[in-house]
Amino acid sequence: MPQHRDHLGRPIVAVTGIGMVTPLGVGKTENWAALTSGKSGIKRITRFPVDLLNTTISGMVDFLPSSTKGASALTHELAEMAAAEAIGEARISGDFDGPLFLAAPPVEIDWHDRFALYAAGTEGAGYDRILSAARGLNDSVIEETTLFAAIADKLADRFGISGLPVTLSTACASGATAIQLGVEAIRRGETDRALSIGADGSATAEALIRFSLLSALSTQNALPERASKPFSKDRDGFVLAEGAAALVLESLDSAIARGATVLGIIKGCGEKADDFHRTRSKPDASPAIAAVNAALGDAGMSADAIDYVNAHGTSTPENDKMEHLSLSTVFGERMKTIPISSNKSMIGHTLSAAGAIEAAFSLLTMREGVIPPTINYDNPDPNIELDVVPNIKRSADIATVLSNSFGFGGQNACLVMAREAV
Amino acid sequence: MTGNDVVITGIGLVSSLGEGIENHWNALNAESFSPRLDTTSFAPYSFHPLPEIDWSQQIPKRSDQRQMELWQRLGTYTAGLALDDAGIKANLDLLSRTDMIIAAGGGERDEAVDEDIMAASESRADHDMLLNEKLTTELRPTLFLAQLSNLLAGNISIVHSVTGSSRTFMGEEGAGVTALATAHARIASGQSSITLVGGAFQSTHRSMILGHALGRHLHEGEWRPAWQRGDAPGGGMVPGSGGAFLVLESVDSAKSRGARIHARLSHVLAGRTRSSDPDRAASLNRLVDRAFTGAKETLVISAASGTPQSIETERAAIASHPASRVRAMSTAVGHLQEAQFPFAVALAALAVAKGSAYPPLDDSEPAITGTTDEAMAIIAGHITGEGVATVKVFD
Repeated sequence: MPQHRDHLGRPIVAVTGIGMVTPLGVGKTENWAALTSGKSGIKRITRFPVDLLNTTISGMVDFLPSSTKGASALTHELAEMAAAEAIGEARISGDFDGPLFLAAPPVEIDWHDRFALYAAGTEGAGYDRILSAARGLNDSVIEETTLFAAIADKLADRFGISGLPVTLSTACASGATAIQLGVEAIRRGETDRALSIGADGSATAEALIRFSLLSALSTQNALPERASKPFSKDRDGFVLAEGAAALVLESLDSAIARGATVLGIIKGCGEKADDFHRTRSKPDASPAIAAVNAALGDAGMSADAIDYVNAHGTSTPENDKMEHLSLSTVFGERMKTIPISSNKSMIGHTLSAAGAIEAAFSLLTMREGVIPPTINYDNPDPNIELDVVPNIKRSADIATVLSNSFGFGGQNACLVMAREAV
Repeated sequence: MTGNDVVITGIGLVSSLGEGIENHWNALNAESFSPRLDTTSFAPYSFHPLPEIDWSQQIPKRSDQRQMELWQRLGTYTAGLALDDAGIKANLDLLSRTDMIIAAGGGERDEAVDEDIMAASESRADHDMLLNEKLTTELRPTLFLAQLSNLLAGNISIVHSVTGSSRTFMGEEGAGVTALATAHARIASGQSSITLVGGAFQSTHRSMILGHALGRHLHEGEWRPAWQRGDAPGGGMVPGSGGAFLVLESVDSAKSRGARIHARLSHVLAGRTRSSDPDRAASLNRLVDRAFTGAKETLVISAASGTPQSIETERAAIASHPASRVRAMSTAVGHLQEAQFPFAVALAALAVAKGSAYPPLDDSEPAITGTTDEAMAIIAGHITGEGVATVKVFD
């Protein structure tokens, strides 16, 4: 029986290691400094030509060796860097000896490989030619980019993960789901610790064009650093970005027993699927409301106990409106005065990684007593009455955070975190 | 973790053998079994094709059908069969509390657009510009959603109103293993009371074939039973199209609504062998030892893909349990990738529910006499991941 138990008698889950890479840089120190100074990581795209594209800006991670090597290689490098930092901070040496939950994008063969296979083929046309070339090549390097298990498999070897790792996708809620799976495994008593990672290096030309065709992206290309403006009246879409964050989750008992530094507590996780539409949320926001309430219930907390909201805040017209509706329904009048900010105003939308990156920033917010701002907030949306911590960071005593993640396909996942166990 | 007993109250199956559990039971118990194959469409490779399906039986709205490509339709359809079989299709209150864990691969690309781009690439060197030109003008906006892995779950929510929660696991055979293991563990520990779990695989999409072709995993030439492909041309895998979904429930949940129970799901164990360790059979065998103590002869559904390594790994693991009586599922329906393990567990549960095992699928498989009140499913993924599940009669 665990010594430190929550309101339902389950082991309390602590965070003992945090690692991250975003367009703002490598590591949480560099990232936190940039985020709290209101610096934007959004730039003009240089990875591929932008002729004919409606959106020519992004938050790509362009400073790593794998940045030009395709989505699979970059996602792997991002995940590995974040995990190494988190495990290092947790002071776990040797095998990690716990399960891995990796939120990662569903990537496909890179177009450059498809072109190379086509050029190597001689028989027939189209996919028939590629297939005949593939049969002759036996190329395990390209094959690996078609295998969704490959990245987690390599991470499992590198870090000494126990059991069969889980690679998952709940679209833009994936990072939060990876954390929820780790929390659940510890609560079940299966393990003392788990490694949860959200990583996404999938900002290819095709990915950008696909989101563009769904009218999801900002086209405010003139001033890249100004394009992501959550909760502003003139917001027009999200900015595609890349990054990763990793959390070492550990039962509080285990953390205390080995003298680890407790960086924060994951108090509650909530989720709810939406059956309204493939990309749009139910107009009454009831699934998002249910997810927030489920997270509060799981945490054993009332809405009154939340000090700060780390918003999903994508800067799309629809998300920010729906998120406001859901929060003002749960928190009532008080929502006008609860500080809420969107990290995406600075780093863009890192898709599969976003939930993990924002959970990591939420933990730092509590620990440092500083709320990162929502930048580019010069033209408030009059229908969204929120204290978005506009443009400049704010010192505040924050003991509890709600972090929201919502995604295509009816995905809604929320996390409640606390600075201290009680 | 001990706790709530987990039972299987719904099974949905689609494969080359047909749809639904009775059709599968009958096909596998036929006087002499012969698989359905397509040996010409993608020669030298062969496939187990889908049966005729009237999609409107499970996806009534044409607008919903149009929003999906074949893989998502197949998964949504099979999930509907499982919900029907569990008797909860119209139970909106229960469906709003039903959790979901889907084992998914990728969706389907627009092959015509891809081929147009490939053809144009022959006469010009600026391939990145070519992509911008073609993709911005030829891609259908909604196709992106048909490609996204988590949109199978999304479509199941929309079509069948399953909205408790929605999680999508990826990663070939291992996704099916971890999806079942997680669903089982969540119910056993009280984190969920009812979960829809499973997956689907659409094998005749050429970008899906491409990955297996690059790894030379595909069997070539004349078809043989899975155990007999070791010295055949190619890599041993004969893909199949199909799907398998299970409704898992706590005994309390099942009893409170008077549900018919197919079987108890006793264990679902997932494992992985480090790449530095050559002995995957030992790793799989450790899982078998934890799940299976049977001294009397026991039906084992082998979910081996047909590749020599997966076959040999499973053969070696079974060999240390002389009471096991194995049936190679991929002889019957082919390799269903993410859906492979859920399908194998479904076949094991079906045998337990019927109280008898399947006859041998080829001459090397031993006969089984007596009643079947326990069965096991095992898998060694074609690249990575091992899994074991045991089902027992519920009484």
